[in-house]
Amino acid sequence: MGEIIVVTSGKGGVGKTTTSASLACGFAKRGKKTAVVDFDIGLRNLDLIMGCERRVVYDFVNVIHGDCTLKQALIKDKRFDNLSVLAASQTKDKDALTQEGVAKVIDEMRNEFDIVICDSPAGIERGAFYAMYFADRAVVVVNPEVSSVRDSDRVLGIMSSKSRRAEQGQTPIKEHLLLTRYSPDRVEKGDMMSIADVEEILGVKVIGVIPEAPEVLSASNSGVPVILDEQADAGQAYVDAVARLLGEDRPMRFTEPKRKGFFQRMFGG
Amino acid sequence: MGLFDLFKSRPKNTAKTAKERLLIIVAQERGAHSAPDYLPLLKRELLEVIRKYVNVDPDAVMVNVQREGDQEVLELSVTLPDKD
Repeated sequence: MGEIIVVTSGKGGVGKTTTSASLACGFAKRGKKTAVVDFDIGLRNLDLIMGCERRVVYDFVNVIHGDCTLKQALIKDKRFDNLSVLAASQTKDKDALTQEGVAKVIDEMRNEFDIVICDSPAGIERGAFYAMYFADRAVVVVNPEVSSVRDSDRVLGIMSSKSRRAEQGQTPIKEHLLLTRYSPDRVEKGDMMSIADVEEILGVKVIGVIPEAPEVLSASNSGVPVILDEQADAGQAYVDAVARLLGEDRPMRFTEPKRKGFFQRMFGG
Repeated sequence: MGLFDLFKSRPKNTAKTAKERLLIIVAQERGAHSAPDYLPLLKRELLEVIRKYVNVDPDAVMVNVQREGDQEVLELSVTLPDKD
């Protein structure tokens, strides 16, 4: 039986899809049979970040409607043969996702894969609700910024009361925070909340800290998830996060300001 | 940070402000979302009963559920009007 992991946040633009794509590649690289599903119906984007946008034939809603089989809709990743992508539909129909439909697809995927990552849309509407409803674990992506932290708390509240695990009285969804766009320099100056601040406010532990880095944009520009950029701090930070999600103990990296040389300190740069 | 930045006024510690504001709003919202659904109706009906005897303001009745360890306490407070 595979594990269902939702990547969610409430707020938009914090890095859910970037995180979903990187975690999916990371798990696949670690030998897990992995699938990543785009729940953002009407605003498909995971395919672009994964670099498979031109190979989408069938989508999530097609599978729900029975237009095709799950196998036909899954797009095999070119880099890892144990990684598949299920694209979101571009339909404008808000009712395209139904509980029975999503349940059927998720259950089938659970039997087929070790790990299924559900990339949630922003907000707390239908798509976001179904992305978290069947989850065993949650990675809540949060920026160290007031609106993102507040929205994360709302999402954590909804998960703990409205998920299938909550409704059926099972052990609750295991929750983790993933801090993105973290800037150790600004934390040191007192302009940005620290890892400990966010953990204290939300009462959930951080499983990874991704530094603010230009490589994240370059990665999405080229459709190669940033975790595959081995030179980038952000990529290595995702590798660490995957290891921690697999139960390994890894110290946090890239969370302290980089010490600058004398000239840099005196003359800027 | 360059040499000239040293003379600029340092910004206040805004991260601390953010954290303090969030701790308050998050605690408040968690309370609001975990409150039982019947509270508003209970409050309205209580107000009607009290008004049979005393003419109180709608804002004078406060109904709260508080958690103290495993126990839940229903707290009710009514402010009576001033006697003039």
